[in-house]
Amino acid sequence: MTDSLTRLLSERDWLLADGATGTTLFNMGLELGEPPELWNTEHPDRIRRLYAGAVDAGSDLFLTNSFGGNASRLRLHKADSRVAELNRAAAELAREVADGSGRKVIVAGSIGPTGEIMSPMGTLTHEAAVAMFHEQAEALKDGGADVLWVETISAAEEFRAAAEAASLVDMPWCGTMSFDTAGRTMMGLTSAQLSSLVEKLPNPPVAYGANCGVGASDLLRTVTGFLASGSERPIIAKGNAGIPRFEAGHIHYNGTPDLMADYACLARDMGVRVIGGCCGTMPEHLRAMREALETRPRGNRPSLEVIAEHLGGFSSVSDGTDDAGPTRERRGRRRG
Amino acid sequence: MTEENDDIILSELNDEELVQQMMDDLYDGLREEIEEAVQILLDRGWAPYDVLTKSLVAGMTIVGHDFRDGILFVPEVLLAANAMKGGMAILKPLLAETGAPRMGKMVIGTVKGDIHDIGKNLVSMMMEGAGFEVVDLGINNPVENYIEAAQREEADIIGMSALLTTTMPYMKIVIDTMKEQGIREDFIILVGGAPLNEEFGRAIGADAYCRDAAVAVETAKEFMTRRHNQLAAH
Repeated sequence: MTDSLTRLLSERDWLLADGATGTTLFNMGLELGEPPELWNTEHPDRIRRLYAGAVDAGSDLFLTNSFGGNASRLRLHKADSRVAELNRAAAELAREVADGSGRKVIVAGSIGPTGEIMSPMGTLTHEAAVAMFHEQAEALKDGGADVLWVETISAAEEFRAAAEAASLVDMPWCGTMSFDTAGRTMMGLTSAQLSSLVEKLPNPPVAYGANCGVGASDLLRTVTGFLASGSERPIIAKGNAGIPRFEAGHIHYNGTPDLMADYACLARDMGVRVIGGCCGTMPEHLRAMREALETRPRGNRPSLEVIAEHLGGFSSVSDGTDDAGPTRERRGRRRG
Repeated sequence: MTEENDDIILSELNDEELVQQMMDDLYDGLREEIEEAVQILLDRGWAPYDVLTKSLVAGMTIVGHDFRDGILFVPEVLLAANAMKGGMAILKPLLAETGAPRMGKMVIGTVKGDIHDIGKNLVSMMMEGAGFEVVDLGINNPVENYIEAAQREEADIIGMSALLTTTMPYMKIVIDTMKEQGIREDFIILVGGAPLNEEFGRAIGADAYCRDAAVAVETAKEFMTRRHNQLAAH
């Protein structure tokens, strides 16, 4: 039986995903330091409103409020005993909103990073990471998620651990990394390396791609790296609404709904199948994106120059997939 | 990683070659080799402070530059810092004994509401790598933590880190509180974190925004030099 995301992808050219979870919840009064996942049981109405914001704006797919819902993150709030409860609640509320929408909307169970560095560099073992993701995945499945959505990952090891957890609960999954450091992930992974990693997994994701990172233009440069791999696997782009700016004591993202509409169409013209936003992307952005995707004719695949022209310049000269990046001449290495 | 592949005998290198090799070994994160080389230099009569500054700090500066320039990434930096730590463990008691000059002391932590500490940990490690003393306050620090620790430790620098756009404004609260208490100018305040930028650093009244751990080290050094010059001028 094919999963509902694969089915929807086969019927449609592109799917609109959702926007910011954190930004929206803070606007609803989430306190600094308070883990958003607690609201799944404390303030279910607000979480329904969060979900409805995306659905009403035209999202075909939205993520559950469970990004930090793994034991490692919740432990920092002494809530690691509530992983199952909080994730199940996140997915149940999402199911309710999706099923009440009157159209086909996919519930994607969000799984964020553990926030720890995996061995051998750090202390988190593969087994422990798989166990944590497994616990979370199981609860998201129980709550009715259609697909698991692993996001903002920066280490290959952590991506693999999450994939294994998806296989343990027998769920389709999607995975995106955050390319925020000179076009690579914090751990140095390039877009090309993610493409190759994905195809080597025993249970490859339904779709893969990039989320968060720097701005919308960097994110689309990352997509060109995915495309160059030649993979036919659907690509996901969930970029931030521009770059955060601090004005009058508050954070604003400089990405307007118009800019995000341009971004969405450029992504579509590149062949991205699942298009959404990340930090700073509000329902008004999503609405503009949906409208643009539905009304603007498809264009040619944009070059990097065209992307920069519409969305602004890139944060670094190279993204590590070409030879244009800086290197260091080494005196002969001792080993290796 | 076996001894057989290792065709360089550290003890047979002259001082200059050995220091060059240490820089390479730091770059490659070879902890045991760094520990061995530090011991060799000490045995040859090098002052602990010279071992620190001329080999380890010099080597970590290269690592820092390449991290800043996107040649090295977090895993390589962690390995290098780990090798550095091995060397420092040998040097630390000796530095204290010999009354070597202090690079400076930093109190660092993520701000209230922010539990993302990878960036902060990197800065900690790179600062230690550069010879600074670092007092790590961990995550989720209210303003009192920074002020109390900075005063208790007689720190030169306060470092604040935030990953979330929702938590970064708290940095301004810390700085404003320090202004109210008339102690703002007692400390160099450096801020960092993925969503920040120079404009933000200026807007909240920090001394500097540091784009990454390498820049944090460079900036800290620069401000410490200015500070010493100011003190000397008085």
